[in-house]
Amino acid sequence: MITTSNLTKYFGALGAVQSVSFSVGKGEVFGLLGPNGAGKTTTIRMLTTLLAPSSGSASVGGYDVIADPLGVKRSIGVVPQTLNLDIDLTCAENLEYHGRLQRMKREDRTSRIEELLHFVGLREKKDMPVEHLSGGMRRRLLIARGLMHRPAVVFMDEPTVGLDPQARRMIWGLVESLKRNGITILITTHYIEEADALCDRVAIMRTGKIIALDRPVELKKSVGQFAVECLGRYDVPRQFFPARAEAIEAGRDLCTDVVVRDVTLEDVFISLTGERIEG
Amino acid sequence: MNFYPIFWKEMLLIRKKPWRFLASSMVMPVLYFVTFGWGLGRGMNVGGGRYLDFVLPGILALSAMNNSFGPVSTSLNISKLYTKTIEEVLVSPVSHWDIALGRTLTGLARGLFSALTLLVVGFASGVHLHLSFSFLAVLGLTAFCFGAAGVAAAMVARSHEDMANFNSFFIVPMSFLAGTFFSPDRMPEPFKSLILVYPLTHASLVLRALAAGSGPSLSSVLVLTAYSLFFFYLAGMMVKKAA
Ligand SMILES: Nc1ncnc2c1ncn2[C@@H]1O[C@H](COP(=O)(O)OP(=O)(O)O)[C@@H](O)[C@H]1O
Ligand SMILES: [Mg+2]
Repeated sequence: MITTSNLTKYFGALGAVQSVSFSVGKGEVFGLLGPNGAGKTTTIRMLTTLLAPSSGSASVGGYDVIADPLGVKRSIGVVPQTLNLDIDLTCAENLEYHGRLQRMKREDRTSRIEELLHFVGLREKKDMPVEHLSGGMRRRLLIARGLMHRPAVVFMDEPTVGLDPQARRMIWGLVESLKRNGITILITTHYIEEADALCDRVAIMRTGKIIALDRPVELKKSVGQFAVECLGRYDVPRQFFPARAEAIEAGRDLCTDVVVRDVTLEDVFISLTGERIEG
Repeated sequence: MNFYPIFWKEMLLIRKKPWRFLASSMVMPVLYFVTFGWGLGRGMNVGGGRYLDFVLPGILALSAMNNSFGPVSTSLNISKLYTKTIEEVLVSPVSHWDIALGRTLTGLARGLFSALTLLVVGFASGVHLHLSFSFLAVLGLTAFCFGAAGVAAAMVARSHEDMANFNSFFIVPMSFLAGTFFSPDRMPEPFKSLILVYPLTHASLVLRALAAGSGPSLSSVLVLTAYSLFFFYLAGMMVKKAA
């Protein structure tokens, strides 16, 4: 459903996205994981026709993003990183507007608005101006808007950024139920657990490049199953081991307050780059 | 063609705050009318007629321009630079012509509305004006012309300052010079020729002729139409460039 081949975007001399290639199958949840500035949003903006690539190519739903932007626009739903709702309009009016932009029939718009407000838990807020909604509610409405016209491919750019853990879990639940309905999703995040919990496959990005791409399990396996870390000692680097016993053994000699735990995607990022993702 | 949703949303926003809309579209034209019509122009005569009768068509054109260009460009500029609401439209199956047309028609509606309310004020204070369908059509065309210019300007502007500069260098001089308050014939060359470059001048000339019950100069009608088409073309192309 999504294919990119050496997709590249330069802003002046800055290579925001450099030779990025991946493909996402139908019904797959594909994650772009990386720190701020890695090039995730720029990649999404090229795939959703908002930015022209400097070089390389990409297609979405079988349509080329450069040659057939209108075809792409017909196939996609977009949940942007910026909350670009109209705050003077109510929840229902924001969805109504989107339905009109997408040429949906009147009866379909009306029933779809009910359905989606229920889906994202905003039924009671239907006629409330967006101005009065909390950040988490706005995010949910933004997701509802991106789904309004039942797109086959949905792009979500950091859909949980800045939300409290409870609101974040609620959005994870929404993504999971979309996946059950066979919708193809490209999601970006800089939260490790999010990529791990939601994505079938994850591409780890750093400074415009994909540095690893695989299923989360495989990515973690490539580092080792168990991580050993010294509490409060950031000068001692983490170590990774394939077996727990080995890890515990090594931990004993390392320092006094030691933790042995399962490897995370953050460990993968650290072992590849020597840096942390969240900062 | 899918321009209607864009027009629909702007109208919905106006309906939400009708008083703010009324006030913002009435203040300037009424001030001009009071200052130049009643204050300065009472008892003054121009070419054998009352100055008040002379100045109203000009102020109507001015009002159609300001209430079209201003709100259209400001709202689009904010949508592009700050709220990013335009990106929702840019990822939807809506063409650049649809976006340009939806926004321009918003300007047409706003400009025409403010001119019509001022017309009511004018009639209520005893201004003589020959009202015809052509007169209203030209007011509409004027509002369309500057609505399209507003779209183009907002899409070109890279900042709020750019937008302010469009106003200072393009709209404000035109407001004072383009035959609103005096006939361009009174100006010495080369100013007279320069003034005839402004689209607003031709709107004023045509409206003034129609208001007096005489036929307007065809060339002015053509110039205004040509500007409208040109600005609309520009608007569409500038939206396309942003997408
Ligand atoms: N319009 C732009 N002009 C110049 N630089 C940009 C622009 N958009 C993004 N960048 C730069 O490109 C890089 C990647 O940004 P972005 O794609 O937003 O990263 P992410 O979404 O992963 O945080 C950053 O260094 C950012 O500053
Ligand atoms: Mg981003």
